[in-house]
Amino acid sequence: MSDRNRLPVIQEGPAGCGAESPSRRDFLRTAAAGAVIAAVSGCKPDAVVEELQRRHLSELSKDQLQAMLGKLEKKWSAQFGKPVTVGARQPIPGVNFGYGLDLSRCIGCRRCVYACVKENNQSRKNPQIQWIRVLQMEKDHGVSLEHATPYYNPEKVPEPGHFYMPVQCQQCRHPPCTKVCPVKATWKTEDGIVVIDYDWCIGCRCCTAACPYGARKFNWAEPNLPAAEMNPVTDYLGNRPRPMGVVEKCTFCLQRSREGRYPACVEICPVGARKFGNLLDPESEIRQVMDRKRVFVFKEELATEPQFYYFYAT
Amino acid sequence: MNIPSWRAVLPLAAAAILAAPLAAPGGPPAAPAKATAKAPAATAPAAQDIQAEPPPFTEGIFPCSQCHDKAGDPTPRQLAFHDDLQAELHHGPPTRWCLDCHDNAKRDFLHLINGKQIPFTESYELCGQCHGDKFRDWKVGVHGKRVGMWNGKKTYFLCVNCHNPHNPRFKALKPEPPPIPPQEQGR
Repeated sequence: MSDRNRLPVIQEGPAGCGAESPSRRDFLRTAAAGAVIAAVSGCKPDAVVEELQRRHLSELSKDQLQAMLGKLEKKWSAQFGKPVTVGARQPIPGVNFGYGLDLSRCIGCRRCVYACVKENNQSRKNPQIQWIRVLQMEKDHGVSLEHATPYYNPEKVPEPGHFYMPVQCQQCRHPPCTKVCPVKATWKTEDGIVVIDYDWCIGCRCCTAACPYGARKFNWAEPNLPAAEMNPVTDYLGNRPRPMGVVEKCTFCLQRSREGRYPACVEICPVGARKFGNLLDPESEIRQVMDRKRVFVFKEELATEPQFYYFYAT
Repeated sequence: MNIPSWRAVLPLAAAAILAAPLAAPGGPPAAPAKATAKAPAATAPAAQDIQAEPPPFTEGIFPCSQCHDKAGDPTPRQLAFHDDLQAELHHGPPTRWCLDCHDNAKRDFLHLINGKQIPFTESYELCGQCHGDKFRDWKVGVHGKRVGMWNGKKTYFLCVNCHNPHNPRFKALKPEPPPIPPQEQGR
């Protein structure tokens, strides 16, 4: 269904320009020309020119991609004072990721939030960016955003009469965020993960507005990532350092999950409320959850069809 | 027999005892291994899963047979020595008694209702007698926690890694700090 893939706004572009916005292309050409002029006049913008002239990630050859990753590794190794690797991990064939979260177990301790921040190199403060938001809800009202707060801070959790619902990117099968992106800086990959090319993002925040889950976060200022806390094992579409003015979100820790490891939030959870696995494998933990438990998806009525499932084990 | 250190140790011991060495020789439960993904192609074949390191023993507490070298009085009563443990025992009905789970004749073992003695490393069999629903879920990875590879070798945690068998309810935790509201972030 073509109306699923495109919004009228985008369709106004000239035929044959693919998914990219022509205005961005034109802008870049102009900008590149400007940079060349700057070069002639004595500045050293080679890198800038190259960056502006580069093509969409999907159009890069293997060599171009490797060269680009190599440059980033060099840049960040110097900046953070340790060997940084930037991978471009591909989806594992035959794998479609699913995530399960047991609402009857979660106690709202927020360990997952901070494990995620650490693993994924989020900005610590000013701006504070957290891909997971834990909502405290009232048992009397069930899953209701009108009776939810992320700012609870008691001595001990869980608090009587409340339950907790962590919300992060739901990796929708019909993601509204990718549809509205005017430059195709974000897309859904074969293993189900919705990724963002932070270098391609123009910071328009259409996706942030389109996401019904509040999962997308914007770097309003230069991210604040202390060198000592920087996780040097990164992926281009995952946890690599982000510049100011781009959007970011949960990627199921693709730098881990595409290597077969559990995401960081799964491993930190002290109550074992988080389940992760391959939806196409009937023996996987996530499939066992779906076979045995009462499972629901958040805001089902929006037909985003998340690959993130909430369930009640008891 | 060093009684003082034992006393200090007891609360821990109960949980700790359950663990001892790694991956039981008899093999870990069939099911966790089964949960290893037989994912299409490329992913790891049936790797042997690893049993998590149990909570550590306090020095000198194990084996229990150091002191309990023969079967003792099986009558439920107020204990003079393991009284601290008895005080914190909140597991099921108040009639619960040490020897419901601990074996009287072989104190370094637990026993099932049918009398079968099992080592502390296989305590899940014991827990599963009453908590069959949790046991079934645990075997396939729905209950409890695992770390490692979602498609291969993983470490699974025993019941006692998270639940003190004498007082199994999960304890409340101090939450990590809440997020800073946007209005306080000073853009």
